[in-house]
Amino acid sequence: MTPTPGLQGDNVALTSDPRHSGSGVGASPSDFLLSLRGISKSFGAVQAMTNVDLDIPEGQVTALIGDNGAGKSTLIKAISGIWAPSSGTMYWRGNEVHIHTPRAASELGIATVYQDLALCDNLDIVQNMFLGMEDTKFGLLDEITMELATVQTLKDLAVSTVKSVRQRVESLSGGQRQAVAVARAVMRESKLVILDEPTAALGVSQTAQVLALIKRLASRGISVLVISHNLSDVFAVADRIAVMYLGSIVSSGPIANYDTTSAVEIITTGASHHAASSASIK
Amino acid sequence: MSAPYLDELSHDEHALAGKNEFRQMLAGFRQGDSGLIPVLLGLAALVLYFYIRNHVFLTAGNITNLFIQATIFVLLGMAEIWVLLLGEIDLSIGFVAAIGAAVATILVDQNFHWPWFVAFLLALIATTGIGLLSGLLVVFLKLPSFIVTLAGYLGWQGVLIYMVDKENSGGTVPVQEKVLYNLVYGNLSPLGTWLFIGLLILLGSVFMLRSYRNRRSSGLVYRSIYFTIAKIVAMVVAGVWLAIVLNTDRSTFSVIHGMPFAIPIDVAIVLGGTFILTKTKAGRYLYAIGGNREAARRAGINVNFYRLMAFCLAGFTAGVAGLLYSSWLGGISDAIPGGTYVLYAVAAAVIGGTSLVGGRGKMVHAVIGGLVIAVIYNGMALLSVSVAVEYIVIAIVLIAAVTVDSVARRGNTAR
Repeated sequence: MTPTPGLQGDNVALTSDPRHSGSGVGASPSDFLLSLRGISKSFGAVQAMTNVDLDIPEGQVTALIGDNGAGKSTLIKAISGIWAPSSGTMYWRGNEVHIHTPRAASELGIATVYQDLALCDNLDIVQNMFLGMEDTKFGLLDEITMELATVQTLKDLAVSTVKSVRQRVESLSGGQRQAVAVARAVMRESKLVILDEPTAALGVSQTAQVLALIKRLASRGISVLVISHNLSDVFAVADRIAVMYLGSIVSSGPIANYDTTSAVEIITTGASHHAASSASIK
Repeated sequence: MSAPYLDELSHDEHALAGKNEFRQMLAGFRQGDSGLIPVLLGLAALVLYFYIRNHVFLTAGNITNLFIQATIFVLLGMAEIWVLLLGEIDLSIGFVAAIGAAVATILVDQNFHWPWFVAFLLALIATTGIGLLSGLLVVFLKLPSFIVTLAGYLGWQGVLIYMVDKENSGGTVPVQEKVLYNLVYGNLSPLGTWLFIGLLILLGSVFMLRSYRNRRSSGLVYRSIYFTIAKIVAMVVAGVWLAIVLNTDRSTFSVIHGMPFAIPIDVAIVLGGTFILTKTKAGRYLYAIGGNREAARRAGINVNFYRLMAFCLAGFTAGVAGLLYSSWLGGISDAIPGGTYVLYAVAAAVIGGTSLVGGRGKMVHAVIGGLVIAVIYNGMALLSVSVAVEYIVIAIVLIAAVTVDSVARRGNTAR
């Protein structure tokens, strides 16, 4: 899509990010792991997303915030291939891609951890971690290799609260379940992990564990797109923020450009008049 | 969450001491993995009761008879477990089995005189095809399996009556072929019985020892070797007992001994089913779909394919049950109680420990549950109590089994 004058602010904000300064051309999709340009999605007469532009850099935590019904879920479902956008383009490392199925998304390296976690309660941790990509030996399940890999992955992510990897998932706490779901994404060597409200149902200490886990993901070079209602969580982990309002991204940029007040203002009104904020508004 | 009995299960820890084995079992029990212990105790109590009431119950002849009766319940129970694992149900398998029986019996009778293997193969293809048809309706038209198979229950009963009456207006087609007759009434020789049981024990032991060694050498948590040894010893004791019982002459007029062919057939189906469920991706996916279909779909599993597969396997297994049933009764009748049998099949699965909501179940549940029903069925007949009492007793056992399971599972919602 052609840049409109209204987009300039966004570009300025992006180039002011030291990681991407000097690119000269502003927000070029090749600078990012995933870039969305002009993504729209309508369900019949209902326009759920309009002209969404979003850039997700490598190895950083991007927080997608917005009020209920702002279109956050519609957006991540488009990225994870649940449904194809009605129009617009997606670039993966600068190359145009079409993510029309969940499989296409996971082949690119996009893993989505939904709010409901999509774990099978009746299966144990190992079985859940490898669901759909089981290791086999002579065509038969190779339980030992899978169990060793599970133990290793949980150790790498410093998930130490799980007693046994052969525990059924139904016996785990909310934070442990979240950890298993995230570890599953890591084990699939995902480049981009999308987390939908990862702390929504968690207590204080479990929230802290999950936030620490998100930071460890980024430190391993994995990009994280986290949807959250909880601004204190967002400011604790995010490197960048993108705010959705009525189906569009109305503001995005490095976390330093925002504070809680300006973020709330943009979430609720779609614009910030907050003097102290240098947030870019389009 | 952190319950004290799980403390020893950290994955850094290696061999677990003996007392922890017990704690682990207790923990499993609380998690709803009560396993087979309660139902085995119940089975033992039933056996003891019937033995005290009538010593004939534990004679070699009656035990063999009981096993043959059990094979039908076991096979139908296994057929049901394939779909129960998905949280579906198949109410038609009783009459699907009967269709299999009718196809095989009619094709080998004096009118058709087809070779037995062609007849058997066509019978199994027919029942598998019926399973596929139910599956297609459930999966692609998204109809509830309860309704689809309820229609199957009625419809296939109609087809059965039509087939049987067309072949013989008397309403029954007798078994007129040796192989079909021998499925239940033919026996392995005593030596063959010993060899078969010995082979099973050998394979079982090798398998268990190998998996013990593999776990141990990989550095993962492993259970003490005594656990494996105890299992092998139990297997040997049971095997030797079974061989002695089956090899005892059980006829008053001539000599009849050895293992009825029905038992190796049953064992093969149990092992085959267990193999699919525990060692293959397909089995893993059936559990996953039964546990959380949406999660399975998002994990990239072709959910529809595996749901269809389960219905086909149910049909196939019911077909095998039908062959044995026809052999056992010496023919196929247009009045067979396919409705009662399907309920026994569900009961066998549930008594054994399979869940009706999906995701939980094993083939061995049908074995234990089928034995429980056969013991009641057989024992009640020996006591010559009425069918009325027999039904009531089975009802009570069913409720008791589900209660034990439900109470055991109450401790598992740690969240």
